[in-house]
Amino acid sequence: MSQGKIQTGANIKLEERYKIKESSPVMEVIKSILLYIPLLFWAFIICFPFWYMLVASTRTQGEIFGFPPPLTFKPDFLEQFLKNYQSLVSKTYFWRNLWNSIYISSMTTLLGTFLCSLGGYGFGMYRFKGRNTLFSLMLFTLMVPQTINIVPYFIMMSTFGWISTARAMYLPAAASAFGIFLMRQYIVASIPVDLVEAARVDGCSEFGIYWRIVLPLISPVIGSYGIITFLNQWNNYMTALIVLKDPKSLTVPVALGSLKGLQNVDYGAIMVGTVISVFPLLLMFVFMSKMIISKVTEGALKE
Amino acid sequence: MAVKKRAGFSGGGWSGFKRKIAPYVFISPFYISFLTFSTFPIFYSLFLSFQKWNGIGEMLFVGFQNYVAIFKDQLFWKSLINTLGMFLWTVVPQHILGMCFAFILNQGFVKFKEFFKGVMFVPYLTSSVAIAIVFSVIYGTQYGIINYFLRFLQPILPINLPVEWLRGYKTWFTLSSLTTWRWTGWNAIIYLAGLQAIPNSLYEAARIDGATWWQVFTRITVPLLKPVIYFATTMTIIGNMQLFDEPMIMIGLQNRLMELGGNMGMTLAVYLYAWAFNWSAFGMAAATSYIIFILIMILSYINRRIFKEE
Repeated sequence: MSQGKIQTGANIKLEERYKIKESSPVMEVIKSILLYIPLLFWAFIICFPFWYMLVASTRTQGEIFGFPPPLTFKPDFLEQFLKNYQSLVSKTYFWRNLWNSIYISSMTTLLGTFLCSLGGYGFGMYRFKGRNTLFSLMLFTLMVPQTINIVPYFIMMSTFGWISTARAMYLPAAASAFGIFLMRQYIVASIPVDLVEAARVDGCSEFGIYWRIVLPLISPVIGSYGIITFLNQWNNYMTALIVLKDPKSLTVPVALGSLKGLQNVDYGAIMVGTVISVFPLLLMFVFMSKMIISKVTEGALKE
Repeated sequence: MAVKKRAGFSGGGWSGFKRKIAPYVFISPFYISFLTFSTFPIFYSLFLSFQKWNGIGEMLFVGFQNYVAIFKDQLFWKSLINTLGMFLWTVVPQHILGMCFAFILNQGFVKFKEFFKGVMFVPYLTSSVAIAIVFSVIYGTQYGIINYFLRFLQPILPINLPVEWLRGYKTWFTLSSLTTWRWTGWNAIIYLAGLQAIPNSLYEAARIDGATWWQVFTRITVPLLKPVIYFATTMTIIGNMQLFDEPMIMIGLQNRLMELGGNMGMTLAVYLYAWAFNWSAFGMAAATSYIIFILIMILSYINRRIFKEE
């Protein structure tokens, strides 16, 4: 407590000094208003679609395309929300699709972090024949855009008979060059070779070193990569559109997209779908925003 | 594989051999799936781009004919121009706004920093499909909210209402506003991380030397931020050359607006998709994907010349 007080005292002093040196209080106020306006404006732009999504999910088709456009909730909003929800579940396997999204994203994350950290450990902590060649080949594919793989994916998955299966989504995404690159960098920078050597002398097996020593120590980068992978896969549309055909196998983005492509689009129902698929993630983010932002930024900037 | 892993667990007098084998065992699960799902498709795609194939019948080697056909196709040039047009419409606001927000958030006295950072980050979490659906209603011609509010501005703005947001060149603006909405905040957070990495002592030294605000910006901030700018703009290039979700959801391939002629929403990725899954010409689609690849390489090279210092 006392420390906090001292600090705030110091801050006030600094601020006062700053004011006297730089400008008058009026200028300060104007300056901060000018700085907050763009931030608030952008916050509004970002939040508006979410607000609209919520409102529209509680309105009838006629109201959504009525005049004036709906911007607020009506007293009977819950009733209409449930009606739209009924319409949504009658047109799609919505909960099945949501489960598919969760399952595919989780499997990609689990498998991806395991493969990439194990491989990263192999590349980072051992010297072996062909290491540099194998690693450079991987770095090369980092530059190749996703779209190159689209046609081959479809053909491969058809050949394997994997169309409309979850593994068609998570197996290709798990072995990511970006992931192993991230892991290797982190392992080389943060794990002392002596530590590994000591564990080996103490009789720890090679896999045991990875599992019991390396893995706990690299949990920060596992977190970064895990969150990035989960989000990418959760929002993945193009690959899912291509390899998932059976309505029961779709993920949420494809299911919503297919609803939008129908002849008679029921926007109320679609909005309920977007709300259910978007807001749980947002709620999670509200509680972990600081952690998630720092993890994703760290991961991105390492590239 | 499971057997090999167990060998790693078992102790014994052959530890030297185990140590030699271990890295291969560790990288092989990754590498096998990597070769299958990442490396093989790259070469397979290249191979396909020289074939004529509808996905069912016999493949026919046609040399460079697919590429020639694409370069002769009007729709390809249209898609290319659309893609580049939308790229320009989004890259400039995205990075300039992102940079401005980063500067503001980097000011010591700005409060609610975490809140603003959180809000900026939210679009990154949100499915582009969900957002495209919402925006397709917001940008609606007859009953969209934007047109509704433009009504009030009509006396002072020389516009014809209702605005058809998905017709003609306006499509570029409409679709790229979605990517701008999505990525500006992300860029701001990346730039903010870059700004915070610049040591304060540099600014102090500049202040003591009597540098002006502009001098500090051009001589210290921009040069030190160059790697971050390079990274962020490269990401924008890679993402925008493959823009797919937004045009596909907001316009859709079956829509008459996507057909030859009046359509400005056809991007290269949609063009590729159409070749493969609408017109069943996998060779043409593969060739298109390589053209996209080359385009990204060219733009990245230009970007590198601008922002990366030797």
